[in-house]
Amino acid sequence: MLFTIQVNNKKIKAEKGETILSALNRNGIIIPTLCRMKEFTPTGACRMCVVEVEGRDRLVTACSQPVEEWMKIKTHSPRVITARKTIVELLLSNHPDDCLYCDRNLNCELQRLSEELNIRERRIRGRKIKPRLDQSSPAIIRELSKCILCGRCVRVCEEVITATSLDFINKGRETHVGAAMDRDFNFSSCIHCGQCVLVCPTGALHEKHNITEVQEYLNKPEIIKVIQYSSMVVYGIAEELGMRYTREFDKILNSILRKIGFDKVYKTGLGTDVCISEIAGQLSDRIENKSDNPLYISACPAWVKYTEQFIPSLIPQLSTVKSPQQITGVLIKTLVADQMGVRPEEIFSVSATPCMAMKFEARRDGMMRKGISDVDSVLTVRELARLIRLYGIDTSNIEHEPADEPMSGRSSAAIMAEVSGGIAEGVIRTYHYQKMKKEPDKQIFKKLRSGGVFREISLMVGETEVRVGVVDGLTGLEKLKASLAAGKKYDIIEVMTCPGGCVHGAGITFNTSKDEIRNRAKLVYQSDETEAVNLPCKSPSLINLYEKLLKSNGEIADKKIFFTHFEKRNVLL
Amino acid sequence: MSEFFTLYNRMSTDLDIILKKYKQGKREDLIPLLQEIQDHLGYLSEEAIVKTGSFLGLSTTKIFGLATFYDRFRFIPSGKIQIRICHGTSCFLNGSQAIINKIREETGVMPGQTTRDGNFSYEIVSCMGGCCNGPVINVNGEYYTHIKAEQLPELIKRFKYIIEND
Amino acid sequence: MEDLKTFLIDKVLTYESDTLTPETEKVLQQVRREKTDKPVIFVSSGTSSVIAGSEKTFTAIETYIKENESSTELVHVGCAGPSTFEPLVCIQIPGKNKLYFRNITEEKVEPLLNGVFHNDINEEDLAGQTGTKGFELWSGIPFMDEMPFFANQKRIILGNCGCYNPESIEEYIARGGYRSYIKTIRHYTFEEVCDIIERSGLRGRSGGGYLTGLKWKHALNTSSNARYLICNAKESDPGAFTDRTILESDPHRLIEGIAIASYAIGASNAIIFVRSGSDHARNRLQKAIDRARDFGLFGHNIFSSGYNLDIIIRIEPGAFVCGEETALINTLEGKRGMPQLKPPYPTTAGLFGKPTVINNVETLMNVPLIMHNGPEWFRTLGTEKSPGTKVFAVAGKGRISGVVEVEMGTTIRTILEDIADGIKEGKEFKAIQLGGASGSFITSENLDIAIDYEDLREKGIGMGAGGFVIIDENTCMVDLVRYYMEFIRNESCGKCIPCREGTGRMLEILESVIRKPLNEESGTTLERFKGVMQLETIASVMKDTSLCGLGQTAPNPFISALKNFRDEFEEHIFDRKCRANICRGLRTFSIDVDKCTGCTACAAKCPVNAIYGTRLQPFFIVEEKCIGCGICFDICKFSAINVK
Repeated sequence: MLFTIQVNNKKIKAEKGETILSALNRNGIIIPTLCRMKEFTPTGACRMCVVEVEGRDRLVTACSQPVEEWMKIKTHSPRVITARKTIVELLLSNHPDDCLYCDRNLNCELQRLSEELNIRERRIRGRKIKPRLDQSSPAIIRELSKCILCGRCVRVCEEVITATSLDFINKGRETHVGAAMDRDFNFSSCIHCGQCVLVCPTGALHEKHNITEVQEYLNKPEIIKVIQYSSMVVYGIAEELGMRYTREFDKILNSILRKIGFDKVYKTGLGTDVCISEIAGQLSDRIENKSDNPLYISACPAWVKYTEQFIPSLIPQLSTVKSPQQITGVLIKTLVADQMGVRPEEIFSVSATPCMAMKFEARRDGMMRKGISDVDSVLTVRELARLIRLYGIDTSNIEHEPADEPMSGRSSAAIMAEVSGGIAEGVIRTYHYQKMKKEPDKQIFKKLRSGGVFREISLMVGETEVRVGVVDGLTGLEKLKASLAAGKKYDIIEVMTCPGGCVHGAGITFNTSKDEIRNRAKLVYQSDETEAVNLPCKSPSLINLYEKLLKSNGEIADKKIFFTHFEKRNVLL
Repeated sequence: MSEFFTLYNRMSTDLDIILKKYKQGKREDLIPLLQEIQDHLGYLSEEAIVKTGSFLGLSTTKIFGLATFYDRFRFIPSGKIQIRICHGTSCFLNGSQAIINKIREETGVMPGQTTRDGNFSYEIVSCMGGCCNGPVINVNGEYYTHIKAEQLPELIKRFKYIIEND
Repeated sequence: MEDLKTFLIDKVLTYESDTLTPETEKVLQQVRREKTDKPVIFVSSGTSSVIAGSEKTFTAIETYIKENESSTELVHVGCAGPSTFEPLVCIQIPGKNKLYFRNITEEKVEPLLNGVFHNDINEEDLAGQTGTKGFELWSGIPFMDEMPFFANQKRIILGNCGCYNPESIEEYIARGGYRSYIKTIRHYTFEEVCDIIERSGLRGRSGGGYLTGLKWKHALNTSSNARYLICNAKESDPGAFTDRTILESDPHRLIEGIAIASYAIGASNAIIFVRSGSDHARNRLQKAIDRARDFGLFGHNIFSSGYNLDIIIRIEPGAFVCGEETALINTLEGKRGMPQLKPPYPTTAGLFGKPTVINNVETLMNVPLIMHNGPEWFRTLGTEKSPGTKVFAVAGKGRISGVVEVEMGTTIRTILEDIADGIKEGKEFKAIQLGGASGSFITSENLDIAIDYEDLREKGIGMGAGGFVIIDENTCMVDLVRYYMEFIRNESCGKCIPCREGTGRMLEILESVIRKPLNEESGTTLERFKGVMQLETIASVMKDTSLCGLGQTAPNPFISALKNFRDEFEEHIFDRKCRANICRGLRTFSIDVDKCTGCTACAAKCPVNAIYGTRLQPFFIVEEKCIGCGICFDICKFSAINVK
């Protein structure tokens, strides 16, 4: 039901049941918000969105108050502006004054608000918050003095990721956000997905930077600098650098990376292809052995840690295939080193990824060979963009270059791994091809690509029925659990921690809306439609690797390097 | 003096016995459960928090976050002598601030903390209800009225003597 | 005992006629101790009595009786009101009026009882007598109810307090208790009860003054498969103890009120939320609930009425803010007690998302009385818009402190001058602080304001939860405001920015006004002045934007103090002077050269090294460095330090 309300002496249409904020936004009136997250119930903690409603003693929060027909609203009256301004001034009064050094400088919501509200003078002085820096986690850094307690990270961790490793601790002025028993992060049940970083409005949570480390190695002439990047990085870098994404953008990225000083530039895509093929092999074994239990894809490192600490009983069912990044990494340290005739220690291998948990994954026990880690350093898309800016590379005028062999090519199944359900789809397509010698109709996968947090299909491959489940974001686990409890059987299950998959990874640009994430996914599906090679086993790079390269190197011919192991993890749950 | 230390003698009570009295997975029981554990142990140990968490199906983070919100939960054992100082308006008007300052000075710890030797801890409460007898303090359940700051060193010395000779 | 129980159930509780038989009345008289053939001694036993030492008095009396007058009965009763008189002992000699004795501490017991039993009463300890029909008067002894303290009160809610043993359900029933409850669940529908309460005009006593009957109707009319009634007995305002006194002195009437209210909204679960640290009140309440359950007053199909009810006690785990409705609900659900956005209001979606009514103790205490005497009776009390009475905890610098109950419409002056009997030690009156940490100050010009929701609101004063603190000239208003601000700052839940940061900043600024600066730049007069100007902006923004009542009312003490005592603020800021000599930080210290022995004790303890000198020679204090902490003054054994 539509009715009119009066806003700033003008009439606008509002719908019964919606909040004042949504009515205002629809009519082009912008109200600042700080604690609000779309698609979450409002908490009303920040009080930034207050407006004046005639007849009310106090200002009301637009984010929570439903509109009513009689309402006469003032959104920018002097009283409202003073209130908003004072709130931001109060926040700034004890905020550390180190914007210039802050991770979120020029990209901070608090900074933007203070700019928008024209705060030009320090009127209110307060005792500064005692600084506390937690660098213990391999992926996430917490700077508690910069926290404004909006509570977004707490809600994401609980409601979206379900790990619940963050909560408010203490009350009043001593409130801060922390992990169990207020210990440092590495003791906690954090799975390093980084979604909290993505929603943090200030620099209180950010990724652990590896730029300096990478820079240091870039300056060492005796070291061979190698970088691998996944398909999502290409989109991400285009977004970060404000450039238009085209199909050829990866060639531009290759050239940029070489300019920075990387000797070799590889695509993680080959690793993804290997990963998909190997999982398809495991699936085939499992179906042949008529195993009752499903195979869980372990490509998402956050999900792996989640399993290790919350559901250790599931570890035997986790696929032991390494993730694409680690497969590419180990190939660099073995095959490439061999080809180049250098020792693996002489290679510094960097991985650029949209994921933050990869930073943790690269440090895992099972991810090294003879004491040499598969991947030396992991950069998020944001960090890579920073590195590119740091090296002052003119991106507008740059030649196209291919990636280096033997890891230059990939199938479109590899790019599909960036969306939730993509790996499962690739595995099924490969399995189908191996059994039936033809690809299945893509229409079958429609139900696997969208429609809720838990999606499932079942298809016939010859005589056997293959049942696939996709958990899109860890909230889907509950549905999976219910489904399993009801006696449903699955052959393969893919779990992605971040809702939507890697397109929603925590290493990509801040402040992305749901639509932009959907747009990224759309680009992924487009590539799959338009590219010629749809199956890993048809990719020339993979064929070359399996048929020739692996066989030529006795040490790795048994493919053992592609596998790892997982163990129960004891953390404070 | 035996009732003075009842709090301590109960320390050995097993957590599991307390947990058994409650239904598993009911979040609304969390606070009564923690209160009962604290009544027995004198504080909430890490073990207690972790066990309660797995019993109620809640993450340790949530339980710790909840427990730190409320003043009555403590995470270190209280002292053998537990002093509660009334800081209600009446007691404030009658000079409870000086009492708090003196006790802080004498014990060398902040409210809610315990001295290193485990002898003393103190906390500030908002109103005990002895408004016409302020300032009021309560030492292990016994009330002392019309307290003056200069009486405290003597009082604390006496308690110390009691502990050391028990 | 078992016989008495059956008797009370059959002949009183479930007795259909309103008037009981003469035989029954006779038994009840005995239970009420109106007819007794042996002496009875009543010792008050509320927390304030216990603090004053009533338990020791009780033991002493017990020993005395055992040794001397073994026929005497000794009973615990609730708190009669004036806590200044505690421990209050009442003695009833058969056939004679009750005699009250004040401040009977342990050592006074023996002489007192010796006197009473041998007809030689010590006038000094005597408070007065109370008259009972057909009993012999004590000549020359004043009546308690003629004392200004009682004469100006209208004790309705507190009518039972101090009169019976709170642990005895039999006595409560003998005084007419639980009959309205049984009548209600047997003869009235839910709507009828809500209607009666609405017609009585009873308003929530927790501050807002919302019509209780209307609130109940909201909950009743929200369709749901379960409803909850919560009794909010969590008063933790500094200086408020009315709820606790009621819980300790008359738990049964509260339970009856809860039971009727639960019935009215169709709730079969009621929760009493008691503040932590009041173990005495909690134990009494628990005992009362157990006894009532034993009498079949709760449980399944109560007295075959088809109504089920269960009452449980939950102890508040220690956070001031969880007195706020939504925060309270969060606490009961096992979450951090942080307030939530309204709407939805608890009456539509409260505890576990079900309709929930939250009433405070005082409101519920009125309910059995209204059901018993009818709404019209209630309307005869108080003013037209605010019928009934209001309970206050009078504390601070008055001559008599205690829990008092006055009719709505009584002036504040009556409470101050008659009931509390003016200011202690003949000091000058300064203000009254009404409504706890978020209340306002009432100065001598406003003493004739009547206690009434509308009147007070007009003057911008909230009724508050019942704190009535009397302040004399020896109190520094700036320091008092700082005290309240510190309390609120510590108790802010930390959720919304204006409250969390605002209270912190306000406290910091107030501290800078009453302390000497630690460094030069932050401590100029201009900075302090600017600070107070900022306080006004912060205060108004906090009022305007805070999420819950705690933050919205937090600046009240400051705003009202600045309005009424601006000169005191200015003195602190510009002259650096505290007229009440409370703000230690503003004092200046100097060393008397003649008295100083040069022992170095003060110089060693000075936290800012402001004391210089040579050993065994007189020392001196560098005034610019001194922060006025007063440590040197305390430590000097030769009184050589002068304070100005």
